[in-house]
Amino acid sequence: MEINTKINVYRSAGLLASGVLLLASIVSSICFGFIAISWKDMLASFTSYDETVMDQVIVRTARLPRAMIAAAVGASLALAGAVLQSVTRNPLASPSVLGINAGASVAVVAAITVLGIRESEALMWFAFGGAAMAAAMVYALGSLGGEGLSPLKIILAGAALTALFSSVTQGMLAHNENGLQEVLFWLTGSVAGRTTEMLLPSLPYMAVGIVLALVLSRHWNVIAMGEESAKGLGQHLSFVKAAAGVIVILLAGSAVAVAGPIGLVGIIVPHIARRFSGMDYRWLLPFSALIGATLLVLADLAARFINYPIEIPVGVMTAALGAPFFIYIARKERAKE
Amino acid sequence: MNASKLTAPATGRPARAHRPTVKAVSLLSAVLLVMAAAYLMMGETMYDPVTAWLALWGSGTEDGTMIVQSLRAPRLVVALLVGASLALSGAILQAIIRNPLAAPDVVGITGGASFGAVIFITAFAGTVGIRLLPVAAIIGAVCAAALVYVLAWKRGVSSLRLVLVGIGLSSLLSAGVSFMLAFSPVYSATSAYIWLTGTIYGSSWEHVWTLMPWTAVLGIAVYFHTRTIQAQLLGDELAAGIGSAVQRHRLLLVLLCVGLAGSAVSIGGAIGFVGLIAPHVARRLVGPVMNRVLPVSALFGAIVVAAADLIGRTVFLPLDIPVGVFTSAIGAPFFIYLLYRSRNRG
Repeated sequence: MEINTKINVYRSAGLLASGVLLLASIVSSICFGFIAISWKDMLASFTSYDETVMDQVIVRTARLPRAMIAAAVGASLALAGAVLQSVTRNPLASPSVLGINAGASVAVVAAITVLGIRESEALMWFAFGGAAMAAAMVYALGSLGGEGLSPLKIILAGAALTALFSSVTQGMLAHNENGLQEVLFWLTGSVAGRTTEMLLPSLPYMAVGIVLALVLSRHWNVIAMGEESAKGLGQHLSFVKAAAGVIVILLAGSAVAVAGPIGLVGIIVPHIARRFSGMDYRWLLPFSALIGATLLVLADLAARFINYPIEIPVGVMTAALGAPFFIYIARKERAKE
Repeated sequence: MNASKLTAPATGRPARAHRPTVKAVSLLSAVLLVMAAAYLMMGETMYDPVTAWLALWGSGTEDGTMIVQSLRAPRLVVALLVGASLALSGAILQAIIRNPLAAPDVVGITGGASFGAVIFITAFAGTVGIRLLPVAAIIGAVCAAALVYVLAWKRGVSSLRLVLVGIGLSSLLSAGVSFMLAFSPVYSATSAYIWLTGTIYGSSWEHVWTLMPWTAVLGIAVYFHTRTIQAQLLGDELAAGIGSAVQRHRLLLVLLCVGLAGSAVSIGGAIGFVGLIAPHVARRLVGPVMNRVLPVSALFGAIVVAAADLIGRTVFLPLDIPVGVFTSAIGAPFFIYLLYRSRNRG
């Protein structure tokens, strides 16, 4: 018992440290960029906002929304990944690998190019719809037959779905050259040039998803042990799976609506978080959310400087980080079997 | 010479032709001819067979000659060559890896070729002729294949790990491609993007002459190595037992496979899933023996790409939908069906 409380003290300290790290990365994301902003101006823009000072306007209209969006999207994708990894019992699962991001994107691109919709709130509902469609397809594939697909084959099914969705996306874009560049930038995943108005409609849904994921932590612990054991322990499997589906759709759908399909955050972060929290989802999830937010804010910050002064879409950054990681996990997991 | 005995049905000249093969080849050839005719006749302007035939040989009206001879005919030839190359590449890969899920696009070869080609297009846009484009794509494909193979190696290469590593590398490469595209000038980004989907829109005889030598040389090389490919199917130990230099042959076959896929991608873009489907259909039609599977796959691949392109440019007029959209729309569900069928294994 005493050991347990000791571990929990360490974990709490770790959470606190992650929170401080997140705050620090948000502050640096606000201060550093094409125009460096002094940290006095940054503080002043919150305490005594002065519209005539250029730097303060930049903080309010560009840097702060951008950092907030990166943090919210990072936290959402990381939590979605952690929940998926628990429910599928697959360390490679994440919204991008399973084709859920691609499903949300195809719906959004269809809404933009075919229906000519531009309002971010309407687009968000299309993103939810697309994510739900993809999630349903992956789920149907995962529960085919008695035993269902093996965890690794679900990854293959996700890759095939991604290929299918992205070919449809490309087909719709191929003849819509107006604004191709704009959509293309969105499609690689980017948090740049977005205003608070684009985040606000999605924020409540993200919040609901995050809270649900955290509240149901105990259930992720149980289902991660395997469906048989979970059933034996009296868990309502269908309820937990449905809840996981709703959470993933809310989180991934709203993240894609705001920032485009940013890949492979959901796969890396839970693995990093596990180093600090252990396997207990009650701790794993808060760690994942904080680390995911920090990771995306930092990736976005790095994306401004790698090819200075031209910015790289942050989705390219996360793919460059995440793909080697994916390969590493794939190698490790197969060795165990 | 034990090899020829053990794999007799594969290599020895059979006394009588294998009837399903004869049937399949003649049926597919007939389909191919009909489709080629339809391809030349149909489009924004329709021609009757006689006009199209005359136009093809340059003795019709001026407009007709222009459309049929210099627009539709080269595009048809490119479709056939690309389809056959991708199908052969897939058939070889499935034999080497001994896994029906393998295909050049699944294991990252297509991604590597795309990356090589996009670098070539954006870096040397306009300064170097397209004749060198296949070289760039093939170099990209070879690098990707080597990388996937090395990364999947862990006391031998398991095919599932190969596929997983391929998926990971593909996502990295596609991020690299988007990166290149997002910073190239708008016109080249648009054309490169459409090309990435897999399209043979605007193919000219220049494209045909660029691709033809590769397909011809590699295709002939495949023909002469049919036995080697068959031996790979036996598994390493048995193949070594019948005197096949397994590893050396495998390297050669991987090069053939990558060369075919790379040259096809360099002209047609990343046309998905053809290399996956064609060998399956061929095996279903004529059984597993390679000297039958290879020609039937090539025929079927050619038909699929040409048919998909015909649909893409006629059904949605005036739009010209990239051919890759259709092949993926058929191929992805088919891939999932294959997964479903193999759900109780491995």
